[in-house]
Amino acid sequence: MKDTNTRETLLSMENVNVSFKTHRGTVRAVRNLNLKINKGDTLALVGESGCGKSVTAHTINQLIPMPPGVIESGKVIFEGRDLLKLNIKEVAKLRGEKISMIFQEPMTSLNPVFKIGDQIAEVFMTHRQISRKEALKRTVDLLNLVKIPAAEKRINDYPHQLSGGMRQRAMIAMALASPEPGLLIADEPTTALDVTIQAQILRLISDLKKDVNMSVLLITHDMGVVAETADRVVVMYAGRKVEEADVYSLFDNPKHPYTLGLLNSLPSNEKYHNAERLEAIKGTIPDLLTIGDGCPFENRCPDAGPKCSGTFPEETKIGEDHSVWCHYLENQEPSK
Amino acid sequence: MKENVLEVKNLKTYFTLKSERIGSEPEVVKAVNDLSFEVKKGEILGIVGESGCGKSTLGKTIMRLNHKTEGTISYKGSEIFDLDKNELKDFRKEMQMVFQDPFSSLNPRKKVGDLLAQPLKIHGMTDKKEIDEKINAIMREVGINPAYKGRFPHQFSGGQRQRIGIARALMLNPEFIICDEAVSALDVSIQAQVINLLLDLHDKYGFTYIFIAHDLAVVEFISTRILVMYLGKIVETADKDVLVKTHMHPYTKALFNAFPATDPQGRENKEQVVMGDVPSPIKPPSGCHFHPRCPHAKDICREKYPELKEVEPGHKVACWLYE
Amino acid sequence: MENTEQNKLEKNSLLKEALFQLKGNKPAIIGFIIIAAFIIMAIFAPYLTPFSPTDQDISIRKTAPFVTEHLLGTDDLGRDLLTRIIFGSRISLIIGTISVGISLTFGILIGLLSGYIGGWFDNIVQRLVDIMLAFPYILLTIVIVALLGPSLVNAMIAIGISQIPSYIRVVRASVLAEKENDYVTAERSLGASDRELMFKSILPNCIAPIFVQATLGIGNAILSSAALSFLGLGAQPPTPEWGLMIASSREFVTSAWWIVTFPGIAVFLTVLGFNLLADGLRDVLDPRMKS
Repeated sequence: MKDTNTRETLLSMENVNVSFKTHRGTVRAVRNLNLKINKGDTLALVGESGCGKSVTAHTINQLIPMPPGVIESGKVIFEGRDLLKLNIKEVAKLRGEKISMIFQEPMTSLNPVFKIGDQIAEVFMTHRQISRKEALKRTVDLLNLVKIPAAEKRINDYPHQLSGGMRQRAMIAMALASPEPGLLIADEPTTALDVTIQAQILRLISDLKKDVNMSVLLITHDMGVVAETADRVVVMYAGRKVEEADVYSLFDNPKHPYTLGLLNSLPSNEKYHNAERLEAIKGTIPDLLTIGDGCPFENRCPDAGPKCSGTFPEETKIGEDHSVWCHYLENQEPSK
Repeated sequence: MKENVLEVKNLKTYFTLKSERIGSEPEVVKAVNDLSFEVKKGEILGIVGESGCGKSTLGKTIMRLNHKTEGTISYKGSEIFDLDKNELKDFRKEMQMVFQDPFSSLNPRKKVGDLLAQPLKIHGMTDKKEIDEKINAIMREVGINPAYKGRFPHQFSGGQRQRIGIARALMLNPEFIICDEAVSALDVSIQAQVINLLLDLHDKYGFTYIFIAHDLAVVEFISTRILVMYLGKIVETADKDVLVKTHMHPYTKALFNAFPATDPQGRENKEQVVMGDVPSPIKPPSGCHFHPRCPHAKDICREKYPELKEVEPGHKVACWLYE
Repeated sequence: MENTEQNKLEKNSLLKEALFQLKGNKPAIIGFIIIAAFIIMAIFAPYLTPFSPTDQDISIRKTAPFVTEHLLGTDDLGRDLLTRIIFGSRISLIIGTISVGISLTFGILIGLLSGYIGGWFDNIVQRLVDIMLAFPYILLTIVIVALLGPSLVNAMIAIGISQIPSYIRVVRASVLAEKENDYVTAERSLGASDRELMFKSILPNCIAPIFVQATLGIGNAILSSAALSFLGLGAQPPTPEWGLMIASSREFVTSAWWIVTFPGIAVFLTVLGFNLLADGLRDVLDPRMKS
C-alpha cells in the first residue's frame, strides 16, 4: 500500500474536539484529532477503553448523544462537505446512502420483530424506486454475497433465529444495500464473536472492500485484528492520536512508547515463546476528567521526561507514512 | 511425577430446558459430555474453546456450583458431591474461583474491606485485628493500596477490580484456583499485568490453577498443559509446548489458524479459514461434533464419536484421522 | 468503549447521580415539595393553628372560607376546617407508613424467598399472588376490614395486607435478576450460607425498585384509607381523617361546598405528590426505565 498518499481522500477530520458534560465535570473524550480515510482503504482506530475511538466514529455518524456530548470544534469533511454543518435530514440521508455502521452486538441494531429479509429489502425500497419483490430478490443476492447459506430461506428468519456471526453478516448486507456504500464504520465488529467466526467476518469485510471499492473505518482494541485487516492504523490513547502509520511500518517499527507497550502486552507476541512473564504497561488509564494538556501517557511511560506533563508533543515524521507524537523519541532503546 | 489433586472421570453435566410447546419433549443441553482428565499438583491447566463448548460449566461443576448428571470429581481422593456440610466448607476453603466480569462478581453494595473480610468471617475468623492484618497483607500482595479498603468496587478500574477478585480468592490460603475467563474483560495492557500477577502468585505459593479462557494466546502463555474443548467434549489435550508445535485435531488447527497474528506480513496468503458456525449445543451434529466444519471429514466421522486416544505420551486426540 | 466509560461514571455515585438527575426532573421536585410540606404539617400541627381539631362551636357552623379567621371556613359542627386538615395529615402519614410497613415486611420476606428458592415454592406463592391480585383491590380491603371490624388500626392492617402481593412481585422480580449476577456465585463459592446470600448480598441490591414501590404505596394507602373511612370502615368520628371528613359532609355539597372540597383537595395533592416523586425516582433508579 505504498500509494496511500496519492489516493483520493474520502473523509477527513480536522481538529476535532469532543467532550461530555457530566455532573462530575467535563470528560474530554477526543482532542485535536486529525485523520483521513482514503478511498478503498481500511483505516483502523486502535486503543483501549476510553481512548476515544468510538466517540470518533460516532462523531462522523453524528450519533453523539447531545447532551451530554458536545462537539466543541473541528470539521468532518466527506466528499467536500462538512458533515458537522449539515442538518438532521441531510445527515440521515447520508447515513442511509453512503455511510453505514455495524456494531459489536448486531442484535441491538436489528429490529427483533421484523424478518431480516424485510429489514434489508426496506433499505433497497427507501432509496430506490423498486417493488418489494425486486427488493427481496436483491436481498437474496446480497445475503449470498455475504455468504449466508440458504439465503432464500434465511430471509424469512427473525434476528434471534440467527447466530451471532450470521447476524453480523446480515448487518453487513444491510450496509451494502445502501445505494452507494462509500464508508463502512465497523465498531468492534468481531469482539462478541468466537475466534473462528471472527476470522470469517474479517475475511468477508476484506473481500467485500475490494469487490465494492468501499472504505472501512475499523474500530478495535485488538492488535491482531488490526494486523489482519488494516491498511493504515491510528493508535489512540486517552482521546489523543499518538501514532499513525501504514500497517506494515507500524508493526515493523512501532515508535510510540504506548504502541510498543500495547504490542509487548500481547501474549501472542512472537517473542514470548519461552518467556516467563509479559512486559506489561504499568499503571492504569488516567481519569479523563482530570487530565491536563500534557501527554496523557506520561504517568505510565518508561521514557517520560520533564517536557511530557506540560504540552502535548508535536508530530514527528519518521517515515513516508508514519508519524509519532512523542517528546522523547530519542530516549527509546532500539526495539526488536 | 507429581500427584493428582483433581481427578475427573466420565463427568456429565446436562441441563434440561423448559419445553417450548406443551407436550413436546424437553430439550437437553449436554454442556459437559463425558469428560475425563486429571490435574496435577502445581500445574496450570488451560482449558480453551469457543462459546458453548462447556468450559465455564465445567469450572462451575468442579466448584460444586452446578449439579452433575453423572461421573465423578474427586478432589484429593474424595468425591466432592459426597461431601457433607462441614467437609464442603473445608473444600470451599481450599478451592477458590476468580470470575470473568469484575463488574458483576463483586457485590456493588459492599466495601472492599467487607468483601475481603467475608470469606474469613464465613470460615469462623472473628478477631478484628487479625482479619484486618490479613486484608492489608493480601491487598498489598495483589497490588492494591490497603488504604482503599473503605471504597466501593465501582470506585476502581476494571483491572483493579479484578485484583480485588483475586485478593478475595486468596483470603483463605487456597491451594487450587479456578480462573474462569479471569482476564477476558480487561484491556490488553491491564490483562498483561493481571496475567503476571497470577503467575507470580503461582510461583510464590505453588497454587494449582485451572485457567479457562476463549483466548488461545492467553491460555498458551499461561498454561503448562492445555485442554481443547468443542461442544462439551475434549478434542485434544497435551503439554503446552507439544500442543503449540504439533496440534493434530482439525479443530485445534482451525483455532490456531483463526487466531489473528500480530504481524501483518503474509496475511494475504494465509490458509483458508474454517467455514461454518459453531453448532448449537442443544443439537450437536451426529458422530464427531466437528465433522460439518471439518475439511477432512470421512463417513465414519458422521456416524461415531471418536474416542480420546493417546497418540504420544501425554498427548491425546479424539479424531478418526489418527485411529 | 466510551459507553463503558460513561457507565463507570454513572455507577460511580449512584445516589449522587440520582439526585443530580432528579434535579432536572420538575414533576419529581414538585412531588418532593408537596410531600415535604405534608410532613412538616404533620409534625408541627399544633403550632400551625390556634384552633383545636375537635372542639365544636355550633354558633359558627358552616362559616364560609376566606372571610373570617377560619381561613378555610368551618364544618357543620363549627370546627375549623384548616385545623382538621392539618391534623388529618398526621393520621394520613401514620396510615401511609404503617400500612406500607406491613406490606414491605411481608412482601420483602416472601418475595425474597420466592425468588431465591424458586421451584415449587415459587410456583405456589406466585399462584397465591395471582389469586389475590385477581380480587378488586378495594373489595379485598373491605373484606379484610369486615372480618376484623371497622377501625382505623384495622383499616391500616387491611390496606397493608391487600398491598402485599404487589410487593412480592416487585421484590421477586429484582431478586431473580440479581441472583444471576456473578457476585452471588462468587460468594456462594466462598461458602456463604443461603441466608447470608439472601439478606446480605441480594437484598441490598434490590432496594431501588422496592423504594419506588414503597413511595407509590404510601400515596395509595392514603387514598385507600380515605376510601375506607368514607365507607365508614376506617376512622370513626370525630377523628379528623380526610376521607371521613368528606363522608360526613357529603350532604352539604350544594349548601357548603368547602366542607367537602378542601379535604378532597388535601387527599388529591398528597397522593399526587407521592406519585410524582415515585415516578421521578423510578426514572433515575431503575436502569430499565432509562432510555
